[in-house]
Amino acid sequence: MKNTAPETVPFWLDPKKRAIFFQFITLCVVGLLAYYLISNTIHNLKRQNIATGLRFLDKESSFEIGESLISYSAASSYGLALIVGALNTLYVSSIGIVITVILGTFIGVARLSTNWLVSKLAAIFIEVFQDIPVLLQLFFWYAIFYETLPSPRQALHPLPGVFICNRGVAFAVPKADPAHGYMAIAFLAGCVIVYLIRRWAKKQRDKTGRLFPVFRVSLAILIGLPFITWLLAGAPTAMSTPKLVGFNFTGGKSFSPEFIALLLGLVLYTAAFVAEVVRAGIQSVSKGQTEAANSLGLRPGMVLNLVILPQALRVIIPPLTSQMLNLTKNSTLAVAIGYPDFVSVANTTINQTGQAIEGVALIMALYLIFSLLTSAIMNWYNKKAALVER
Amino acid sequence: MKSIKIGVAVILALLMVTAPMAVAGTLQDVQKAGVLKAGVNGGVFGFSMPDEKGVWKGLDVDTARAIAAAVFGDANKVKYVPLTAVQRLPALQSKEIDVLCRNTTQTLTREAANGLLFAHVNFYDGQGFLVPKKLGVKSAKELTGATVCVLPGTTTEMNAADFFRKNAMKWKPVVIESTTELSKAFFAGRCDVLTSDSSQLAAHRSVAPNPKDYVLLPEIISKEPLAPVVRQGDDQWFDVVNWTMMALIQAEEFGVTSKNVDEMLKSKDPEIQRFLGVSPGLGKDLGLDNKWVYNVIKQVGNYGEIYERNVGVNTPLGLERGLNALWTNGGLMYAAPFR
Repeated sequence: MKNTAPETVPFWLDPKKRAIFFQFITLCVVGLLAYYLISNTIHNLKRQNIATGLRFLDKESSFEIGESLISYSAASSYGLALIVGALNTLYVSSIGIVITVILGTFIGVARLSTNWLVSKLAAIFIEVFQDIPVLLQLFFWYAIFYETLPSPRQALHPLPGVFICNRGVAFAVPKADPAHGYMAIAFLAGCVIVYLIRRWAKKQRDKTGRLFPVFRVSLAILIGLPFITWLLAGAPTAMSTPKLVGFNFTGGKSFSPEFIALLLGLVLYTAAFVAEVVRAGIQSVSKGQTEAANSLGLRPGMVLNLVILPQALRVIIPPLTSQMLNLTKNSTLAVAIGYPDFVSVANTTINQTGQAIEGVALIMALYLIFSLLTSAIMNWYNKKAALVER
Repeated sequence: MKSIKIGVAVILALLMVTAPMAVAGTLQDVQKAGVLKAGVNGGVFGFSMPDEKGVWKGLDVDTARAIAAAVFGDANKVKYVPLTAVQRLPALQSKEIDVLCRNTTQTLTREAANGLLFAHVNFYDGQGFLVPKKLGVKSAKELTGATVCVLPGTTTEMNAADFFRKNAMKWKPVVIESTTELSKAFFAGRCDVLTSDSSQLAAHRSVAPNPKDYVLLPEIISKEPLAPVVRQGDDQWFDVVNWTMMALIQAEEFGVTSKNVDEMLKSKDPEIQRFLGVSPGLGKDLGLDNKWVYNVIKQVGNYGEIYERNVGVNTPLGLERGLNALWTNGGLMYAAPFR
């Protein structure tokens, strides 16, 4: 073995260069396939005289959408219609995710309760909602709404300002007032203050070992600041109450049966899975940890907060993320019960314009973006929650 | 290394071979398959719906049966593909079905931008409103603020939007994809109004829990020429579908029915002889058997028979002929000459 100069080694014997070469080849093949698929599609569409491209986005949609978070009418463009759909999807899935995580955690903890009744009730909840297909659950909740509830003229009136009928749930909300804007600012300011207090309290604890009642103080600030602002703004109490005008209720805030049925179906179904995830996470922390913490004299709340949860979260977060993604993706079942989510609006667009490929591509792109965003946020949180090895 | 090179070569070769897709005629494809794949609605009584024995019945179904009789000499060689309003056009474009007989309205966009062609109309319709009697509404102009059940992906959806916009009235659509789910929601009171082609509304009402509790409002807000649809770019297949429709209409004009078609074969009238293939020629030009019209009328009946059997005054739908009468009776049904 004499000292062979490196350049005399032929490139196919050099593992590094070989790897690059193969990767290049693979990339070429994938690129060629993609090119083939796209050009073939375009060619076929042209042959069948089917219009292509995204020009239809500027055209007038000329269809109405049942519920919208932004101002939209049939005179708006297809592009705006799709945005309305995307916002509706975002709306139902973000509210759904928050409720699901809270409810799921609650039931997961209840499942581990030493109280026989509580734990069995949680188990029944999990088994029932986990085992019934979510589409059936949606049909069930929707049917309950329109089959059992009365018409608007005979609406149920359980509380002052609240009406329940087969057109949805309408309830009174405070009338729009500049004070609400100030209250929101006060709340945000409160959040910042709470964050600073928490940091200070943690430092204080590490330095002196003394505990500061962070939770109670934070709560007082978060509620107190907006409340004081409201008082200072003249304490406006005017309410906007729903009133039966013609066919339906106007005024106040209302949720449609489609929205409620979809939210209920998604939340209950996914919460059952989240509960199992939470239970598994908590059980993954060995019992010795709890016993050790107890013997140190920590109170049960502190045991959960300081010892169990930080370790359980590492196990909980990855599967929890996938449940959140599931909820978002399952929200496409809205089509079946008439909630105008993105898929529903895109379907109508596809049908009116006949441009199925562009429409389906938009649907895929949107859900990909939603899912990647959710994953990114959860991965960031996961990194924070992961065990820091020292 | 070698295997990879071969792999790349094979893929490249495949690309070359498959790039220009082979275009065979739909008629030949259908004949080879031995069955006609027809897209239908599946949920509208009188147009296309299986009866309690699972036998498909309806005006659209009979249109498909007539095409099958023309192609195979056997009206039963049809495979029915139930499609939602949203699925129907892509299903036809992607060759999942050979012909779409699913109360589809002929529009400019569907022909010019979607690559489709509509054959002769098999039902002239118009959009109306169905409301519960107890609502006390007499005219569609009183529907301000109403919640309206409507199918997605239909011309109906756009007509309704146009109508409410034109009259500056507020409304709230509830859009559910499945026809059965939508009518269930309406009859349970989810909406104040169900809007659709008036023939379909009559069909929905006929299967309602209590049909007498619902009324059709007098306004007809659109023109809905419903016709069988095929893909563009296959003129021979279009001719087959189009002329089958015309044959049904012409047969009624000639007075040829499923009952008397055998006697008519002995007719001295040269027009009828040519029409029924007694004197040969017309079938061959279409690529069909010379007796195709005979087969169609013998097995399915003429347009008048089909109409009366499925949607006419003696059916639960109880629709008058109206625009769908022959041109000789003041309607719009008019066939070009068979010569």
